Amino acid sequence: MANVTVLNVNGTDASIDADGERTLLSVLRDDLDLTGSKYGCGEGRCGACTVLLNGSPVRSCQLPVGSVGQRKIVTIESLDQNGQLHPLQAAFLKYDAFQCGYCTCGMIMSGVAFLQKRKNPSDAEIIRFMDGNVCRCGAYQRIVAAIKDAAKSVQGAAQ
Amino acid sequence: MTSLEEFQVEAERYELSEPPRYRFDLDRREFFKLLGGGLVVLCFVGPALGQESGGGGRRGGGQIPTDINAWLHIGEDGAITVFTGKAEVGQNIRTSLTQAVAEELRVSVALVKLVMADTQQVPYDMGTFGSQSTPQMASRLHKIAAAARESLLGLAADHFKVERATLIFADGRISRSDASESVSFGQLTQGQKLVKSVTDDALATPAKDWKIAGTSVPKVDGREFVTGKHKYASDVKLAGMLHGKVLRPSAFGATLESLDTTAAAQMPGVTLVHDGDFVGVTAPDPLGAAHAVDAIRAKWSAKPQPSDAELFDYLRKNATEGGGRGGENSGSIEEGLKSAADKLQATYTVAYIAHTPLEPRAAVAQWEDGKLTVWTGSQRPFGVRSDLAQTFGVPEESVRVIVPDTGAGYGGKHTGEAAVEAARLAKAAGKPVKLVWTRQEEFTWAYFRPAGVVDITSGVAEDGTITAWEFHNYNSGGSGLRSPYSIANQKCEVHNTHSPPLRQGSYRALAATANHFARESHMDELAHAVKMDPLDFRLKNLQDARLRAVLEAAAEAIGWRGATRGGGHGFGLAAGTEKGSYVATCAEVLADKESGSVKVLRAVTAFDCGAVVNPNHLKNQIEGALMMGLGGALFEAVEFDNGMITNPRMAEYRVPRFSDMPKIEAVLIDRKDVPSAGAGETPIMCIAPAIGNAIFDAANIRLRSMPMVPDGLKG
Repeated sequence: MANVTVLNVNGTDASIDADGERTLLSVLRDDLDLTGSKYGCGEGRCGACTVLLNGSPVRSCQLPVGSVGQRKIVTIESLDQNGQLHPLQAAFLKYDAFQCGYCTCGMIMSGVAFLQKRKNPSDAEIIRFMDGNVCRCGAYQRIVAAIKDAAKSVQGAAQ
Repeated sequence: MTSLEEFQVEAERYELSEPPRYRFDLDRREFFKLLGGGLVVLCFVGPALGQESGGGGRRGGGQIPTDINAWLHIGEDGAITVFTGKAEVGQNIRTSLTQAVAEELRVSVALVKLVMADTQQVPYDMGTFGSQSTPQMASRLHKIAAAARESLLGLAADHFKVERATLIFADGRISRSDASESVSFGQLTQGQKLVKSVTDDALATPAKDWKIAGTSVPKVDGREFVTGKHKYASDVKLAGMLHGKVLRPSAFGATLESLDTTAAAQMPGVTLVHDGDFVGVTAPDPLGAAHAVDAIRAKWSAKPQPSDAELFDYLRKNATEGGGRGGENSGSIEEGLKSAADKLQATYTVAYIAHTPLEPRAAVAQWEDGKLTVWTGSQRPFGVRSDLAQTFGVPEESVRVIVPDTGAGYGGKHTGEAAVEAARLAKAAGKPVKLVWTRQEEFTWAYFRPAGVVDITSGVAEDGTITAWEFHNYNSGGSGLRSPYSIANQKCEVHNTHSPPLRQGSYRALAATANHFARESHMDELAHAVKMDPLDFRLKNLQDARLRAVLEAAAEAIGWRGATRGGGHGFGLAAGTEKGSYVATCAEVLADKESGSVKVLRAVTAFDCGAVVNPNHLKNQIEGALMMGLGGALFEAVEFDNGMITNPRMAEYRVPRFSDMPKIEAVLIDRKDVPSAGAGETPIMCIAPAIGNAIFDAANIRLRSMPMVPDGLKG
């Protein structure tokens, strides 16, 4: 696969020189030092590597960087703006919705994508959408609470 | 059984008992060179405390050393820094230890910084396991900080030339009683080079007077985690760093017969290392390293090995000779059975399971002038340092292990495999190397929670009194072996396996999970045998007031008395005590015999670990332990055949997900009059038997093997 030389990440075109066969996750972490996205399983089964691609959540551990093209990548690193946390980040803090924190960035990115689609979600909808993200520490109940709480803030901000 | 004896029966823990090789030079110049001027307070661990910290010298044969276990520094700028060898692995010990220090120094938690698990900066520590950080390290930090407070008061008394009793110590300052003047810590420590040590009678604040400890302080560096800024070991990047990968054998214990590295060696930027059975590569990026390893042609030879199908027979047949050991035996089983109205015999089994920490083993290693620095995720930084020093034949002083707050361990990160591998590759490459295990490697080459078989023979009188209790555990270990119930005739023993089929070691709560699954399932069977309510049956045989209290609290919270059963709904409970804490869990399940589906609807745990240090984080631990325990209870099992793991992927090894989540409730019993015990492990013990007992209640099917329903309920 041809080398990839440019990647639109967090609103900026980043210059890279990466074998297109490499995973997007590896390029983000190893070439662009964006280490908030994590390697958890390499199978797309745990969600720790979740980033947004044109607004949709993708498992970056599975995605060859050569297939990304012009699409816009958003990672956890761009979620807070001018020191202001995204409502879902704030809600994770409010509910202590983590323990070791290794799944947290992927959880938040999946949650952010979900909140863009569902403004007033039920627990069941959250659980269905988030089921591909694993928290081995088992903070699921808190994560659901955080997403529900953030939904109110996101909705409030939109109005 | 004491915790010391437990160390002797737990596999993989044998290696945890090495006495410290490295002693920090007590010369005060060393401290101040490292830390700058100010006040240093040291906590010495004398022989008595040394034994507590894991039996350090017991098997070393030598004298148990008096050692420093932690220290606190108040700099000339007033900065408060605490140094401890404990590691943060998600149990939020960084937060709770910070609370202990802030409490005694009467400052906000934001003003206290903890340096943890960096072998160059912190005193020796055996490791972060066994629920010891709270009972030992937190209580020591309370004392250290209380001693610092006393020292500061003395300095302030000199400063104001008044009696120290007249001074007010609050909000990070020391004031005259009339509030006319006050002084900061930094003003007092300016120009000082004071070293104090803690004596056993240092006056720590009693729990009933706590204002910061005992409260729900949020994770102290939580913002770093939600913004992705926190650097785990796997996130560390050094200039010129390469990526490493190791060629794995074809099976456990396999030896290398032949090797062809021609193709790999020709790949650009690849360095090959072949040293005995160790074969690895470095490359500029992880994919390059993976391609190079794929290009290596190797032949391995391995011996035939048992499969999971024969596991439980294997564990019995390969028990070490000389019978079991470790239990507290009393009375006569024979006599007890004679006086029983009902006798039961049953066997329970638990499978091997994998810790599956979401951050796999990872390390970054760098050699500079013969000195090695390794960043890695581990619960035993000093143990990893010893491994590295021995492996490379360098003095421990030449090795620095830094453990950034880690992506979980659950007892699964006591070893330093990735550290050794990265260091070997870095040595060959002459550049820093990062090595991150794949999930498949983690599922295969890490160690597992031991599988086990438990045989129980019991007798019960017509009135529900247990008359005999004989309990034999094969292979899984001695934690939680002894029954907390009052039984006149009992015999409880552990039988180790001389050659376990898989590499096995510590797992959150160790064998207590297996032993509670067996015991509390069997208690339920006995209750049904004499047609008693399982709660009443337990209470009849139970004297321990704290255990009775959690049992009653959990039952009350789930509405045990008068709960509506039927329609596939069932309720189960289980209780136990370990490591100074008390737990009872009640579960409600919905079991459908037709479809085979089992859904845990509710799980309530009542927990007493003495004085609660951080209620919200304690609830988080309990909730998390229930979720994690639910996986082992229902569906987690490592499958293996002839020296290989056959389900080494997330797609094949099922861990609990959002959709498995019951409604979870944690009921805390806060005993301010009792010292705090650890809480990371014990809450996992009772979820499996509570679920099993609830399934029996719902469907009249008794499940005696964990996982209970990997393929659904079969009746």
